Amino acid sequence: MKTENSQHDTDDVIIEIMGMHKWYGPFHVLKDINLTVRKGERIVICGPSGSGKSTMIRCINRLEEHQKGQIIVEGTELTSDLKNIERIRREVGMVFQHFNLFPHLSVLDNLTLAPIWVRKMPKKEAIDKAMYYLERVKIPEQAKKYPGQLSGGQQQRVAIARSLCMSPKVMLFDEPTSALDPEMIKEVLDVMVELAEEGMTMLCVTHEMGFAKTVADCVVFMDGGQIIERNDPETFFNHPQHERTKLFLSQVLQH
Amino acid sequence: MSSLDNNAQYPVGEHPNWEPPVSNVGVIGWMKHNLFSSRLNTILTLLAIYLLYTVIPPVVQWAILDADWVGSSKADCTGEGACWVYINVWWKQIMYGRYPDAELWRVQTAYVLGLVGLIPLMIPNFPKKKWISAYLLLLFPFMAYVLFSGDNLGLKLVETPLWGGLFLTLVIAITGIVASLPLGILLALGRRSNMPVIKTLCILFIEFWRGVPLITVLFMASVMFPLFLPQGVNFDQLLRALIGVALFAAAYMAEVVRGGLQAIPKGQYEAAQALGLSYWKTTIFIIMPQALKLVIPGIVNVFIALFKDTTLVSIIGLFDFLGMIQLVNTNPDWLSFAIEGYVFAAVIFWFFCFGMSRYSQHLEKKLHTGH
Ligand SMILES: Nc1ncnc2c1ncn2[C@@H]1O[C@H](COP(=O)(O)OP(=O)(O)O)[C@@H](O)[C@H]1O
Ligand SMILES: [Mg+2]
Repeated sequence: MKTENSQHDTDDVIIEIMGMHKWYGPFHVLKDINLTVRKGERIVICGPSGSGKSTMIRCINRLEEHQKGQIIVEGTELTSDLKNIERIRREVGMVFQHFNLFPHLSVLDNLTLAPIWVRKMPKKEAIDKAMYYLERVKIPEQAKKYPGQLSGGQQQRVAIARSLCMSPKVMLFDEPTSALDPEMIKEVLDVMVELAEEGMTMLCVTHEMGFAKTVADCVVFMDGGQIIERNDPETFFNHPQHERTKLFLSQVLQH
Repeated sequence: MSSLDNNAQYPVGEHPNWEPPVSNVGVIGWMKHNLFSSRLNTILTLLAIYLLYTVIPPVVQWAILDADWVGSSKADCTGEGACWVYINVWWKQIMYGRYPDAELWRVQTAYVLGLVGLIPLMIPNFPKKKWISAYLLLLFPFMAYVLFSGDNLGLKLVETPLWGGLFLTLVIAITGIVASLPLGILLALGRRSNMPVIKTLCILFIEFWRGVPLITVLFMASVMFPLFLPQGVNFDQLLRALIGVALFAAAYMAEVVRGGLQAIPKGQYEAAQALGLSYWKTTIFIIMPQALKLVIPGIVNVFIALFKDTTLVSIIGLFDFLGMIQLVNTNPDWLSFAIEGYVFAAVIFWFFCFGMSRYSQHLEKKLHTGH
């Protein structure tokens, strides 16, 4: 494993995971995870199915609880303290594989609910903000529709906009394009690329290697609940260090 | 022209949209498709027609054509058909029990106040529905209570033993309905809670009330409960029945709501949590609206069952709608008219229950957002 970045600027660190372990019952799913994410960094996480990628990023906003080690987000350590957890969740956006939009609310209400009830934003301001982000993801005309009336690609873009409405400091993506038909993947990736270009701090679990090559500052490869390798994309794809990485890359890059 | 069209070869990918074949549309198409689609279907259709033919004419004959409608005593009924005079004569008792004549306007005023809130709610797109609901749920019960029992604002006290008839049925049913839903929701949430004490209490409560027949509950409320009260403390008989009915319905409601909660995918909780919503905000804005929508048929089922179960209060000496009719049936002058009374009760009950059922279907359609 590559050692951590040498110019250690602690002010810039947004997420710090140190010696983190997690178990599902007796099953040791994450083993000694160490990861530092700096402001503006774009990190792509890849690895075979079942290697613990989702579990790791879900620990960052405490959708899963870790049992050993430390996770510090924005200077706050994640413990069972509910107040801390809610504070961190406000600052960390998450986009899911299956969108998880709220089907009983219109697109606009999906976007304004959390700003109004969590950030206590005035309704008018929340709507303006929602419309701004809907423009950004290029579907302002769908604001009054319900999620069930949108295509998968549109739904995922709404989900991204919903997270952005909370003005998060970090965005977590868990395979955001895996549930989409091929022709819709690009529209979602385009939005993510734009977001990356604007300097959003991002952690993406994805198998879109093209995306990793163009936007990632760093690619993390996981297998068997461990981080096997962490490198800049150029080195990662052209000179993988580890046998398991080589095997994985040969499988995903074949087509 | 059209036959030419049909045979035309369209360039690949240029086939236009055609009208559906004629045999599938229109009245004939519908009948062919739905009533006479197969030999079995045809036999069933004919059987049904025959059955309707044998049942409907005699019923219409008895209930409408041969029936006696006007009059003031048994003598006005000539015998052949139904004697609706009976309902006419006893109307006030069947509707209001022994509520004093001079005070009946109070009940009627409350009905009007209730309808003023209820009717706009049924009209789609009526403005300010939130305020109307708040009026119905918060202000109206209070006003109705003051009107019904009086002893306040210069209104004469009307003791609850005088309440009766359809009026009493509505009081019990509506109180039960309004109280059981929120209680049931809280119990369902409690039963799914991570906190063992709350969870256990809710399970015990639900399983207790579900395990006991309503008759037993009512008996306990009316006979046993007073034994536990200190001497001299008086607890209204109707109030005891109301609490019994509400708690009983709440236990069933809790299980219906829990069914809805179980159908909500984990992703909904996760998305809400990831946005920073607290447990209660997640429950109120995300989970409950979806869960309740899913179980509207089950909820209305509990309401309908509760509405009909109110008739059981007659065994603890309260004269509800049906109880009043049964009481009238024992009147020596009107001994042979039980059928009219029961038919009338059935029709009224059916209208209320059918109304609830239709409204629930309307709600389901309205709340459907295409998923
Ligand atoms: N709630 C759970 N309970 C038990 N085991 C789980 C649970 N969620 C995931 N796992 C297991 O943990 C491992 C890692 O899962 P996951 O993080 O989803 O992998 P990935 O996202 O890399 O495909 C898998 O073996 C999976 O079966
Ligand atoms: Mg996964």
